[in-house]
Amino acid sequence: MYQLSLNLRAALLSVIMLVVGLLIWEAAIPAQQAAGELTEYELLTGGGAPKAGVPPPSQVIAKAWEQLSDPFYDAGPNDKGIGIQIGYSIYRVLTGYFLAALIAIPFGFLIGMSQVAYKAFNPFIQVLRPISPLAWMPLALFIIGDSEASAIFVIFICSIWPMLINTAFGVAAVREDWINVARTHELGPFRTAFSVILPAAAPTIVTGMRISIGIAWLVIVAAEMLVGGTGIGYYVWNEWNNLDLTSVVFSILMIGVVGMLLDAMFGLLQRRVTYAE
Amino acid sequence: MKPYLSIEQLTQRFPDGSGGQLTVFENATFGVEKGEFVVILGHSGCGKSTIMNILAGLADPTSGSVIMDGQEVKGPSLDRGVVFQNYSLLPWLTTLKNVTFGVRARHPDWTRAQIDEHATKFLAMVGLEGDVIHRKPSQLSGGMRQRVSIARAFANHPKLLLLDEPFGALDALTRGTIQDELLKIWGQMEQTVFMITHDIDEAILLADRILLMTNGPHARVAESVEITIPRPRNRTEIVEHPNYYAIRNHLVQFLGKRSKELAGQLATPGQPNAPETVRIDTTQTNDDPADTRPALKAVNS
Repeated sequence: MYQLSLNLRAALLSVIMLVVGLLIWEAAIPAQQAAGELTEYELLTGGGAPKAGVPPPSQVIAKAWEQLSDPFYDAGPNDKGIGIQIGYSIYRVLTGYFLAALIAIPFGFLIGMSQVAYKAFNPFIQVLRPISPLAWMPLALFIIGDSEASAIFVIFICSIWPMLINTAFGVAAVREDWINVARTHELGPFRTAFSVILPAAAPTIVTGMRISIGIAWLVIVAAEMLVGGTGIGYYVWNEWNNLDLTSVVFSILMIGVVGMLLDAMFGLLQRRVTYAE
Repeated sequence: MKPYLSIEQLTQRFPDGSGGQLTVFENATFGVEKGEFVVILGHSGCGKSTIMNILAGLADPTSGSVIMDGQEVKGPSLDRGVVFQNYSLLPWLTTLKNVTFGVRARHPDWTRAQIDEHATKFLAMVGLEGDVIHRKPSQLSGGMRQRVSIARAFANHPKLLLLDEPFGALDALTRGTIQDELLKIWGQMEQTVFMITHDIDEAILLADRILLMTNGPHARVAESVEITIPRPRNRTEIVEHPNYYAIRNHLVQFLGKRSKELAGQLATPGQPNAPETVRIDTTQTNDDPADTRPALKAVNS
């Protein structure tokens, strides 16, 4: 018998699960009652207006088509295209994230090189790391004063820890033999750092970066619900206030898709720097 | 006249974990001549690797000094190349890049083409050619990895090449092939080599002179045995040589019995602990009193 490849069979199964899932979802949503069968009293009390409810997938798909065919329209502060909202969120995430990387990676490198520094900084890192990034928000708003900058700060503070810890750990765990190779070849401290320690620790560092970008994307949605104005988090909350659940479901899906793409980018980077021993 | 490499009254002590001190070896004194292949044999824990690390400049002795070519050894240097037991190749670089890594460090003024050509030449000398040199170490067998490591060391023309049990992790057949490669490349380069091993036959095949260490702690280099078998040597022919089993028996006796008996003898304070020279040559009429040892008579009879 003809045997399909493993990937093809898995893809086929995925499609079947998607179709079946969507059909069950569609069937589970009760249709709106027709307005014509209502009494005059019911009509007067607004019973004829379409009720807010969980939308069926067909509506969500229609919404997605409508939004994605014109993602960058801007009709005032309360009505911007999904592309613009996601753009704001990505801009905030990347700004906070790269500021964090700029500090965490060199600093983690130094901590990893010195056992004393590693032990001295560890208690601070262990206390600061488990704090929910949103807990910093009131303090950030008070000190920084600007909601936009506060959101970026929250991203910064949440993405710094995994990168810092992984860089320090990766650098500290570089095999003694490889350092000895650098020493017997009379490499200076900078060449040792860049041509031996950095490539040796790169897989661990990139793993930290990948964890950080995932956390940053989780946190931005919540942060934007608080600061408001723009961004995908604000969009979700705004559509909830508008009772437009179709848009809410659509934007939830978009958050997932963007998060997946960000993770895939770092997955690619991770594959490039990984080496087999 | 001092030898090319002179180890003078070298002592190494480590804290023993309960407040005291553990003396690994004391006042070790010996020399290695230029172009000589010297092998050090001894049981685990006698401080062979510690001596190696001191020679490489990766560790500092408690006291004593190492003088090479008129200069005191301080810290690691390109003049002392090391081949480690676990190859110590950088796994993210290809075979060729692992060798050029060393060449570039040695000759920073060379062009890329010069560096590549030099590295390729030395890889070819250990039998690695063609497509193989663009593979990563993880795609090579243990034997091939050690060849890369040997090529990296020889390509730098160090004044002294240190081999730390280079064939310890390899199977017997592969070990034989690479020993031959090592002899070939050593013959072409007139390289001074200092090597650690556990393998008696390997030591006889490769060495000009074998240093024997007593068991630790307080280990010392007790004997320096000359290998009186002419070069070029070949593993199948040297076993036919009349001196081969005489030397081999002497080494086996030392490692099996006398290394234990001589262990723990404290050195006279301040006196250099130099090894006794032993020359075993059954092909000549011997008037060497060392050859009248009972252990050797059994072989000759």
